[in-house]
Amino acid sequence: MKNSRWLDYALTIIVLTILWYGASLLLGSQLLPDPLSVLGRLLHAVREEIFWEHTAVSAWRLAAALALAFMTAVPFGLVLGSNERLDRIFAPLIYLSYPIPKIVLLPIILMLFGLGDLGKIILISLIIFFQLLITTRDAVRSLDREVVYALQSLGGNRWHFYRHVVWPVALPGIFTSLRISTGTAVAVLFFVESISTSRGLGLYLIDAWGRADYTTMFVGIIALSAIGIVLYEAFDVMERRLCAWKNR
Amino acid sequence: MASSPDLLVVTGLGKTFGPGTHQKEVLRDVHFHVGYNDSLAIVGPSGCGKTTLLLMAAGLLPPTTGEIHLEGESIQGPSRKMAVVFQAYGLFPWKRVAENILLGAQFQKLHVSQEALTAIKRELDIENLDHLYPHQLSGGQRQRVALARAMLLRPSLLLLDEPFAALDLITREHLQDHLLILFKKRKFSFVIVTHNIEEAVFLGRRIVIMDPETHGIGEIIDNPNAGTTGFRTAPDYFSKNMTLRHLIEHPHEKQPLA
Repeated sequence: MKNSRWLDYALTIIVLTILWYGASLLLGSQLLPDPLSVLGRLLHAVREEIFWEHTAVSAWRLAAALALAFMTAVPFGLVLGSNERLDRIFAPLIYLSYPIPKIVLLPIILMLFGLGDLGKIILISLIIFFQLLITTRDAVRSLDREVVYALQSLGGNRWHFYRHVVWPVALPGIFTSLRISTGTAVAVLFFVESISTSRGLGLYLIDAWGRADYTTMFVGIIALSAIGIVLYEAFDVMERRLCAWKNR
Repeated sequence: MASSPDLLVVTGLGKTFGPGTHQKEVLRDVHFHVGYNDSLAIVGPSGCGKTTLLLMAAGLLPPTTGEIHLEGESIQGPSRKMAVVFQAYGLFPWKRVAENILLGAQFQKLHVSQEALTAIKRELDIENLDHLYPHQLSGGQRQRVALARAMLLRPSLLLLDEPFAALDLITREHLQDHLLILFKKRKFSFVIVTHNIEEAVFLGRRIVIMDPETHGIGEIIDNPNAGTTGFRTAPDYFSKNMTLRHLIEHPHEKQPLA
């Protein structure tokens, strides 16, 4: 199972590289550098400290934003999903604020939290907060009433309810949401790093673009994608370990 | 109530769901009692309020009217003297069998000796299932795990909500026998809710027939020979089945008991 997964990845990379190479031949390497040139530039970049600085800063912002969203949205979602009265109070606020494109709040957030890491992290986590909150709340709402009765009849208290019922019920949905959020978070990260920053892969990419250095720009694209894939895989591994009962 | 010889006493119990004009009365003025080392079957068609009645008796659902007393104490919530077995097993899908069995004891901080654990697993024939998740078990195995979990709490009263309804006939009878072996050995009382006439006659020393029209009890039949594994082949078993069937099909027509 594990081997076939890596084989799938390898095959996908080979197919994408072939397609990329074909497109590069069609469009010309000025516009779309071929994969071998990009690979050569990548191997060169990984020997430079500055490339790792950009990568580390981006990875930190992404991980911090996901952690912040997780720490705020999940407990809130668990409580709303298991408390009908609170859910009724907050539902209108959530439904009203969910469709607002939070990215337009960028100037306000940067004004409030500054141009440093904090503002960027808060904006990314705000965007994925709602998705994570709603998935968590809905996962808990789907809870089978009989399991709650079973817990109560066994003498379980409120803490047992959250620890042994609500949390495990919500966990698979939380991981699905985190995996989906990873893609969104990387996209927002690129956006926030393309303005007012001195480090980050977004800047690395935009800077190369501005210099019409498309080969380096592709190195930035690959590095950003790699961070996304690593996070996605990490959530997948965690889910398989923590939700083993789902592996049928 | 303290001098009552009964284990469970249900008095004037009623339940109405929904607010204001959308109210729906499910149960009205229900009375019954269960003695020590006694068994009671509650039988009736789907939707007559059997499960609601059991959940209220278990302290899991508050009654709209009436009172429930267990060993003289008013029931206001789940009691450690009772354990419940549910129709859909009530097992936690994310916990392995070993964890599911011990969960109640863990919540109640009850010490369970290795001998007691091994004994109940042997009695219910679930000795080699510890590492499995509920979805990896058959329906019969799941219900045996649920029974083991309930038995480890050493309840005075076991409440069973259509526990064998989803099982095939052979497995169902096998589990009914298991329940009676435990009943004989461990000296508890049980109340079983069922829509199955044969099951009610086989297990209930008294049978409460619910009347969906009045939302109350239609009839209570004494069935003193029930509660032993040999009863299934006794002549009385067949005549009681006929009587019960007649009373359920013709609820307002009096029938002399067999």
